[in-house]
Amino acid sequence: MIRRVLAVTVKELLQLKRDWRTLIALLGMPVVMLLIYGFALSFDVQDIRLAVVDRSRTAESRELIQAFLQSGYFIRVASLDDTRELDGLLDSGRAQAALVIDAGLAADVAARRPTSIQLVLDGSDSQTASTILGYARQIVAATAPELLDVELEPPVAAAPVVWYNPNLESSIFLVPGLVAFILMITSVIATALAVVREKERGTMESLRATPLRAFELLIGKTLPYLLVGSVAAAGSLGLAWLLFDVPIRGSILWLAVLTVLFLAGGLGWGVLISTLADTQQVAFQMGLLSSMLPTLLLSGFVFPISSMPAALQVISHIVPARYFIASLREVMLKGVGPEVWWNDALALIVFGVVVMGLATVRTVRSL
Amino acid sequence: MRTLANILVKELLQLKRDPKILPILFMAPVVQLTILGYAATTDVRRVELAVCDLDRTPASRDLVDAFTTSTYFRRVVTVPSQDGFDAWLDSGRARIALTVPAGYAADRTAGRPVEVQLIADGSDAMSGTLGLSYAQGVLQRVAEGQGFRLPVELRPKVLYNPDLVSRNYMVPGVLAMILMIMTMMLTSMALVRETEIGTMEQLLVTPLTPGSIIVGKLVPYALVGAVEIGTALPVVLFWFRVPLEGSFAVLVLLTAPFMLCTLGLGLLVSTLARTQQQAMMISTFVFMMPQIYLSGFVFPIQNMPQIFQWITYAIPLRYYVTVLRGVFLKGVGLETLWPQGLAMLGLGVVILALARLRFRQRLG
Repeated sequence: MIRRVLAVTVKELLQLKRDWRTLIALLGMPVVMLLIYGFALSFDVQDIRLAVVDRSRTAESRELIQAFLQSGYFIRVASLDDTRELDGLLDSGRAQAALVIDAGLAADVAARRPTSIQLVLDGSDSQTASTILGYARQIVAATAPELLDVELEPPVAAAPVVWYNPNLESSIFLVPGLVAFILMITSVIATALAVVREKERGTMESLRATPLRAFELLIGKTLPYLLVGSVAAAGSLGLAWLLFDVPIRGSILWLAVLTVLFLAGGLGWGVLISTLADTQQVAFQMGLLSSMLPTLLLSGFVFPISSMPAALQVISHIVPARYFIASLREVMLKGVGPEVWWNDALALIVFGVVVMGLATVRTVRSL
Repeated sequence: MRTLANILVKELLQLKRDPKILPILFMAPVVQLTILGYAATTDVRRVELAVCDLDRTPASRDLVDAFTTSTYFRRVVTVPSQDGFDAWLDSGRARIALTVPAGYAADRTAGRPVEVQLIADGSDAMSGTLGLSYAQGVLQRVAEGQGFRLPVELRPKVLYNPDLVSRNYMVPGVLAMILMIMTMMLTSMALVRETEIGTMEQLLVTPLTPGSIIVGKLVPYALVGAVEIGTALPVVLFWFRVPLEGSFAVLVLLTAPFMLCTLGLGLLVSTLARTQQQAMMISTFVFMMPQIYLSGFVFPIQNMPQIFQWITYAIPLRYYVTVLRGVFLKGVGLETLWPQGLAMLGLGVVILALARLRFRQRLG
């Protein structure tokens, strides 16, 4: 059996070697992708475009405005006299937020009357808007007592501590997810065309004439890509550690085990698609649609699974990246061992076995 | 004109002949939009909260209740000492841990300021950061309940999406992305398949010019895209109830130049690749992933390093996402969105010209 599997593997490797563009793409793409997107993606909001309407024009109002600008989060894009001009700025997106200070500010402060300033926000991007609001509240809370020259301490306050990622850098949170995303796409694409290509070219007939069993054929076709995928995975994880300062606090061995399990699942998924589709075009569609968007949106890579409706949380259980991303963060950032993520690893194994089993059944039937 | 009609009919027949492609074309967008529209939410709710109450007084219980009765937090466990947090945070079963210090009630009665401790799981930065800021909001309300007020208050006024529902922002983006993926994928396969199967030669000996072959390949897929928009828009409007503040006509008008870009990109891929596998790789990695990540669909463009912000100007999806969000949420029309429309038109023309050039080179 092993001999027959190896024979297929060698055949596939030879084919892969001849199509060197594909080989380079499979090896190089993950690293290149990580290099680009690791730098580009971030949730750390910066350079918030602020329009200022200062009707007060006093030392107090200027102190507040300066506090916003000196915080480093805001840049002033316009100073207006009238709120009517704000609409155009916010509609076109040239400003994201506007600080409106009424004429009575200085008088209120002098008279020690409670007063307020207004922050107009473009709420269409709700997350950025919440972040901006959070920054603005902090700035006002820090500056307001200074205006009155009083010491003010709230009766209850928080002493926040952040574990695993003390500076809350979004790259440390995003890069492991990005690695999973890239590996999933690469592995599904690598195998999605593997079987269907033989069908389309008519070489399936010749394979059928050999004493190969369906199972051996599929394993043999998957192995070379597992090899290629592991090299690519090692490259991208190394890059994450070297360039993006993502710590590897857990054991490298466990990292490797989890990665291989995940790759096997992704490759198996590709093989299953390959046995379902009749043409490469359909295989491509099915492969991309079933891997790219679910891995982006249903895996916890960006959007927290716990915030999704219950039905979707159930669906997310068939997305292998969900388990890989969770365990990757646990091994890399938290440095914990299998006692914590054994169920994720188990889920990856089950996923791999089920998809390979289904693919075998499909192949037997079509043979 | 008649030859053009012939190639159109041929393409449509070929599309129809593949029994698996039609369900993919018409069901996939609706299914995807429904599922992903729900998934793409940054509204963090029910953050898993672990509690350690070292004071065990009515006052400390009130404070904990202030957290658990808000919709933002869900208590998953109460541990007797702070050591108990480790296992819950390590496994990700809790995202925020709250410790009420011993002596909390005594300090409050004596009027001394108290600090409670919050631990956030930074490995899931989205839940962690938002959880932390919700927690501070809860504490602020507790303080205000005690009569504490800042001398100057911040009054927020949120435009376009007053309840800050992330779905209203994300669903139009998902729609744009699905449209792009479907149309681009189909066209990218179109020419390569002819080359690979060997029917390209046959096409070339017909009196068709390269230009009309290209048009003949584009139009059927443009139709497919139009049908997809037609099936997906009702889902956006009536299922997700994303408000359409602007005009439907503007939406349709500005979808045309976007489709010109995606179809053109598909064709360009087709002329670059020799096999369908290569076409798949090129369109996924070189064209689709940059569009997804650099379009501002999920990751705000303003957070990117300057050089990436420049690159985004070459990305059609960037403009279309702006258009969709503008028309849906802000209700703006052509007077604001004409630069986006023009940019997409320009990109589309350039892309098509490149595709035509490459196609001629391949023939020559």
